[in-house]
Amino acid sequence: MGIYLPIAEMSVNVFVLLAMGAAVGFLSGMFGVGGGFLITPLLIFYNIPPAIAVATGANQVIASSFSGALAHLKRGTLDFKLGTVLLIGGIAGSAAGGFVFALLRALGQLDLFISLLYVVFLGTVGGLMLIESVNALRLTKGGVPPALKKSGQHNWIHRLPFKMRFRTSKLFVSVIPVLGIGAGIGFLSAIMGVGGGFIMVPALIYLLKVPTNVVVGTSLFQIVVVSAFTTLVHSSTNQTVDIILALVLMVGGVAGAQYGAKAGQKLRGEQLRALLALLVLAVALRLGFDLFVKPQNLYSLTVASGLL
Amino acid sequence: MRAAALLAALVLTAALPAHAQEAAHPESIQIGLSTDRVAITADFAGADLTIFGALENADPLINRQGRYDVYVVLEGPARPVVVRRKSRVLGMWINTQSETFVNVPVSYSVATTRQPQDITDPNNYRQLSLGANNIYMEPEDKRDSPLTIQEFTDALRDRKQATGLYSDNIGGVQFLSQSLFRATLHLAPNVPVGTHKARAFLFRNGIFIKETSAQLAIVKSGFEQTIYRFATDHGFGYGLFAIGLAMLTGWLGRIVFRRD
Repeated sequence: MGIYLPIAEMSVNVFVLLAMGAAVGFLSGMFGVGGGFLITPLLIFYNIPPAIAVATGANQVIASSFSGALAHLKRGTLDFKLGTVLLIGGIAGSAAGGFVFALLRALGQLDLFISLLYVVFLGTVGGLMLIESVNALRLTKGGVPPALKKSGQHNWIHRLPFKMRFRTSKLFVSVIPVLGIGAGIGFLSAIMGVGGGFIMVPALIYLLKVPTNVVVGTSLFQIVVVSAFTTLVHSSTNQTVDIILALVLMVGGVAGAQYGAKAGQKLRGEQLRALLALLVLAVALRLGFDLFVKPQNLYSLTVASGLL
Repeated sequence: MRAAALLAALVLTAALPAHAQEAAHPESIQIGLSTDRVAITADFAGADLTIFGALENADPLINRQGRYDVYVVLEGPARPVVVRRKSRVLGMWINTQSETFVNVPVSYSVATTRQPQDITDPNNYRQLSLGANNIYMEPEDKRDSPLTIQEFTDALRDRKQATGLYSDNIGGVQFLSQSLFRATLHLAPNVPVGTHKARAFLFRNGIFIKETSAQLAIVKSGFEQTIYRFATDHGFGYGLFAIGLAMLTGWLGRIVFRRD
């Protein structure tokens, strides 16, 4: 059954979109990620214009992250103070990202930039995660329980000025790296249409040494607000949020996430991380492949915009 | 949206005495649309548009020999278009060159009685600016070399044809009787909204006789149009609404599939 997307101005198959949303929702429920990094490339592969895929992806991320953040709020594993500082950086980053997005779109380099960012970030994060989880798997096979890194150790980040105390996270750290991480992820959120959980979670754990149980809730909280802000930026400057597309994806995603979460409970932590790493790497490779292989058609058309 | 097939009322007013026609041969052509609006609804996936028309004062002899030809065009609104060309930079395929065209019809659907080359010769098409290959695409920067402009113009047409926005339906015009004809044009799923112009050209023995035109508005249907207007006119409010909707979906999802 076809459905007409009023903003993308094209007709697509509603079942393909629902299946896409459900598949991504399943994976996001299984791995505890927002799924934005999967939905945006999938939409682009499905010929949705990248500008609309990104803006709508950000909108769709809100639904799954909000649902998750509520669960963490109930369990008390959400550090509002840390989340708010991350947010201040995040909003600034997202605003800058929205501007760069509009500029690149006018220059015709938006698709390239989106692909490059995906390849670099997904490739790096996926690669690191794969190495880490494979090591952990080998250790458990050898009978040694996986040793978690001690969170008490300090690095150069903890010597920076403007320290602030975050009680829920049992942390006393400078606000500079917190704002920086927030800004970087806000920027990526605006350009890549992702919540940024796949970068935020490792950054909070390894750079700031935030306790793992607080990380996911806090990251989800920040993602909800930054994605909401990104949606606003795109809807008011680029008019590229397609609410029908987002709604279909969200419905599929919310349903898929529940089954994914159940499936996730059957697997061990390292196994989950290894699988997620493989998935992330696969998306990075697929996008990288498109960059380096001669495209079927060298020419592309876009309606000229007023900017520049 | 098969209902997009437009029934067209046509007005046959030709009641002139037979001898008067033969003297002057003032053949003419009429087309009629029963509606001047086509609404794109949520399940729109492309459609065929039917236009009915009639020849007036047609010579029965020429008609019997099938030497009258009709060429029908539905031309979409014109918009500026940027054509970009990828080339290899550091191993990656990147948009490098581009050419902006000032007013390119977003869509251009053609229906003809026969192969265009059998109707009349290329010169006539050029003079009439008829057919996708003969519409003039005006480059924004006229100082570019003619070769480059030609290359990008060709690419533009090729892309438009590949996406179905420029289409030809040879044999799409059929005579139902001596004077009545029906033209079937393809509307692509991504047909642009706006005012489209339907034109019909009459040829006799390869000679252009007469042209007629009608306007057709393609609009998004009520709901889609409301969303589109809301998104373009009140981007901020629309964004807030989209956020609210996403949060509501997330919250409902948690209630429906409660697991903690």
